[in-house]
Amino acid sequence: MTTFSIEKIREDFPILKEKIRNKPLVYLDNAATCQKPQVVIDSISHLYTHEYANVHRGVHTLSVKATDRYEGAREKVKNFINAQSIKEIIFVKGTTEAINLVAQTFGKANIKAGDEIIITAMEHHSNIVPWQMLCEETGAVLKVAPINLQGELIFAEYEKLISDKTKLVAVVHMSNALGTINPVEKIIAAAKAKNIPVLLDGAQAIPHMSVDVQALDCDFYAFSGHKLYAPAGIGVLYGKQALLEAMPPYQGGGDMIRKVTFEETEYNGLPYKFEAGTPSIADVVGLGAAIDYLTEIGMDNIASYEAELLQYATAKAKTIKGLRIVGEAREKGAILSFVLDKIHPHDIGTMLDSLGIAIRAGHHCAMPVMDFFAVPATARASFAVYNTKEEIDILMNGIEQLIEVFG
Amino acid sequence: MFDDLRDLYQEVIFDHNRNPRNFRVMENPDREVEGFNPLCGDRLTLFLKMQGDEIIDASFQGSGCAISTASVSLMTEIVKGKTENEAEELFHQFHAMTTGKEGEVDLQVIGKLAVLAGVREYPARVKCATLAWHTLDAALKNEEKSISTE
Repeated sequence: MTTFSIEKIREDFPILKEKIRNKPLVYLDNAATCQKPQVVIDSISHLYTHEYANVHRGVHTLSVKATDRYEGAREKVKNFINAQSIKEIIFVKGTTEAINLVAQTFGKANIKAGDEIIITAMEHHSNIVPWQMLCEETGAVLKVAPINLQGELIFAEYEKLISDKTKLVAVVHMSNALGTINPVEKIIAAAKAKNIPVLLDGAQAIPHMSVDVQALDCDFYAFSGHKLYAPAGIGVLYGKQALLEAMPPYQGGGDMIRKVTFEETEYNGLPYKFEAGTPSIADVVGLGAAIDYLTEIGMDNIASYEAELLQYATAKAKTIKGLRIVGEAREKGAILSFVLDKIHPHDIGTMLDSLGIAIRAGHHCAMPVMDFFAVPATARASFAVYNTKEEIDILMNGIEQLIEVFG
Repeated sequence: MFDDLRDLYQEVIFDHNRNPRNFRVMENPDREVEGFNPLCGDRLTLFLKMQGDEIIDASFQGSGCAISTASVSLMTEIVKGKTENEAEELFHQFHAMTTGKEGEVDLQVIGKLAVLAGVREYPARVKCATLAWHTLDAALKNEEKSISTE
């Protein structure tokens, strides 16, 4: 049951009034990035209009105001994911930078030649390449836990990979290419039994469900603002305080230091040790506004509404002859990846665009997943809180029409 | 329903997509180059048989979207019997046509390749049409075994 007014929600997103090729926009590319509510847009505009200056520096009024806004957003993030302390919330550019940060600091300090890192076969490139780079530098070995034809992790195979050599498990919470939601509680419990730290790539999961990092007991959680109705260019690395404290800094510069002489530098405390340079202040404030917006709707309400959308879309898609869904995990988020017989995803993308429908066509930065399913690419419709069943009808109708045209 | 797309997806393109011409592996080719568009996963292998500087046979294998399949299918038809210089001139003309430099396009030379002119209105799809020709260019220059559009 929908517990909120979808009409009101759609009113909150000004871009949804846009016409694309003279048709009303049907935006179904939310897994790539999602649209912004007016409150987020206004929060940025308000900051630049009334409260902008650099943070953590000046004694002047504006700097104090900007710092309050910036640190206020950190507090919101902390509450949103239920971290213990604001010291555990590091602002970064996005999920990619968060994972690279862990690879380059925690990884270099703790992972040596012959050690092993476990990932899964459904990772986004951003949770593959940083580890490959680390392995190349250190001589560590990357182990990949396989998936089955539904796109689910084969848990028994993952368990078999865990050994005394394993120094980190880095897995995606929800797959961007398949929609699969991984059994992260079980994954973490199996790693914890051997005291192995776990990083979760939460880029896709965070906009679709409530995330409690303490309940999960994960060591690192990475996510991006732009998939959470917030601006692009801002993201969060959550890390357990003890781990972050033991890690060397990531980048050197202003704000991450306590005292600098030419002989030596004393680093700042958490979280600033990992935030060198002037941060993306307005984007952080925008992230705070997005979190307020989502909290008001309620993440559990969003999850149940999107589950309804996915169920509706999946049932409709299954009635279309020649359509094959790629990724049919039992636990799945609001992503419908599919291929059509003899019609390339790029043709699907262009044809649907002419009807005002935005979907993604491509490999979704998950080429190994495409190889596994033996497809060059898929078409992907991904849903957000502002999508409707009527939009899914428009999508399915468009797919049926283009199948006819291609003959 | 897809009226806006009539310039891009002409009937000739559907025809070549359904029944690509010269879609076969060539025995003992003189040139063999793989073309890859990492952005969309289009992948093709182009085979050429040469006699002196004349292309006497051209064929391909691979998978791609309708635009890229039709483009390579049409290309293998049109370059047969052309010299290397003539084929390079066609590549130049095709490139000009698909990137919107109509002033440089000679309709006599471009012939039925004109059905692909519509891609110039779709910047995201230009590479689908030009992949075949970049692959041919590499094959004629005989320098690389594979090329990529990125």
